[in-house]
Amino acid sequence: MASELVALVKHDCPVCDQVLPALDAAGVRVVSQSDPAQTAAQAARLGLRRVPEVDADLALSERLDPEAVPTVVLLDGEREEGRVEGLDRARIAELAARAGAHLDLDGLPERRPGCASRTRDPEVAARLAARAARREGRLRAREIEIGELEDVHEALLARGVTDGLPVVPPTPERVVGMLEGTSRHPQDVVGVLPPYDGEATVEKVAINAVMAGCAPEHLPVVLAAVEAACRPEFALHGLVATTHPAGPVIVAFGAGAGINAAGNVLGQGARANLAIGRALQLVVRNVGGGRPGIEDRAAHGQPGKVGLCFAERADGNPWPAPYERPTVMLMALEAPRLIVDQLAREPEGLAASFALALESVAHPKLRLAFDALLVVGPEHARVFAEAGWSRERLRDRLFELTTSPAGELVRGAGGSPEGVEARFVSDPAVPVAKFASPDRIQIVHAGGDAGLFSMVFGSWAAGEIGSAPVTAEVDAWA
Amino acid sequence: MGVTILDPTREAEAVARPLAPRAIPARIALVDIRKPRGDVFLDELEALLRERGYAVERAAKPTFTKPAPVDARREIAARCDAVIEALAD
Repeated sequence: MASELVALVKHDCPVCDQVLPALDAAGVRVVSQSDPAQTAAQAARLGLRRVPEVDADLALSERLDPEAVPTVVLLDGEREEGRVEGLDRARIAELAARAGAHLDLDGLPERRPGCASRTRDPEVAARLAARAARREGRLRAREIEIGELEDVHEALLARGVTDGLPVVPPTPERVVGMLEGTSRHPQDVVGVLPPYDGEATVEKVAINAVMAGCAPEHLPVVLAAVEAACRPEFALHGLVATTHPAGPVIVAFGAGAGINAAGNVLGQGARANLAIGRALQLVVRNVGGGRPGIEDRAAHGQPGKVGLCFAERADGNPWPAPYERPTVMLMALEAPRLIVDQLAREPEGLAASFALALESVAHPKLRLAFDALLVVGPEHARVFAEAGWSRERLRDRLFELTTSPAGELVRGAGGSPEGVEARFVSDPAVPVAKFASPDRIQIVHAGGDAGLFSMVFGSWAAGEIGSAPVTAEVDAWA
Repeated sequence: MGVTILDPTREAEAVARPLAPRAIPARIALVDIRKPRGDVFLDELEALLRERGYAVERAAKPTFTKPAPVDARREIAARCDAVIEALAD
């Protein structure tokens, strides 16, 4: 098969205007990236004998993928034998000669850069990337058309796929952009989510991450959190279905991604914290099927169930990082509450204050059934740093201090019917631990520079009878 | 022109399943999900059912926080014709 010369042009490119008469006169096949009306108008304006073909859906442009037009390409069937992008008289003439054509380019500048190919227009490039992703099986999710007269936010709310707040509409273009945040294949399965055994592919997680407001750099953290949530020991099925207010809380260690670990660490204002936490909860809702008031039977819930993610603060951290590699830890937690101690300057006294707060998790008289996450603020952490207390020493001391005599915990003691069954209490003086073991108290360093405060989260039913903290490495999803 | 979005859900299709036959069960499983005082409720129920001549079998989940193990579910299904669970605290 003989080689064929093909030229790609567009209607609003002055360099295309300069080259087109010569291409037309030589009978070269010319294909325009512009629409039919624009192409016809350009042909009329330049007095061309033939109106260029229109590159419908930019199929040829996508295949040849030039940076600029005009581009003259020498094709042997599907095989490209040479190309010139922009105006380069000598090279175009040489390429034409190889195809047996003669181009009269006299009077044109020797060289002139072309104009950007329409395929390089960011909007068009995104559309083409989405189309390619669909064609290649990287995108498989069902497409939903939202009508022109519909408000997209209202339409998504009505479909029951949001948390009540507006979401970013997950267009194929945005989802393909989100997938740039991971090297994993979009059809890789991250995990299977209860209660309806929904398969969370990377693609489905990316769709929900777009909706949550994530940037691509957040995606590996979200994927790691979903992986953790699907582990059997996390017991997500029960966490979704419980009447307890707990939800999944993501704590990031060394994961970067702009996750706030400092001032207002548990509050608003940091996109990564809000969007990553929200993305996990949207995956739970949309892929797993846990909907508030239906499968999610929480009596009260808590504001963090919209999504809660924060990071351990490295700056001023008195303790070495607990994980060598970027890691997320997932815990099933209720809302945090404040521990005030503005007077303690010694670790023993501050630990005693923490212990009092930890005793109140769930109910002071309930023992061994709940874990806790203690978020030690930087000003409190300094007290332990100056005294040389390690994270483990603080944890072990808190475990020792959170014991109470059995007689104070028995049902009816203190006027409260809640507590330990009398048949388990043989000696009222016997100390009973609050937590099942020292490692049931997780300790994280986070918060703003100033404020002699720390925060404590109580867990949902913990350990083997409930949910255990789980970790996942972020790099596995980068 | 409207907007095309990608479905964020698991894209489940609802499957219609017929109700099980409403025959009088020969043997009823009373499953304790291990919530506090669920056993009190089931004790009462067992007594009432036995009074009425039903064969009753007791079973329990290991913990209320997790779904019943598949083996336990299959065993109950193989031995009994109906199940009553004590769900609440």
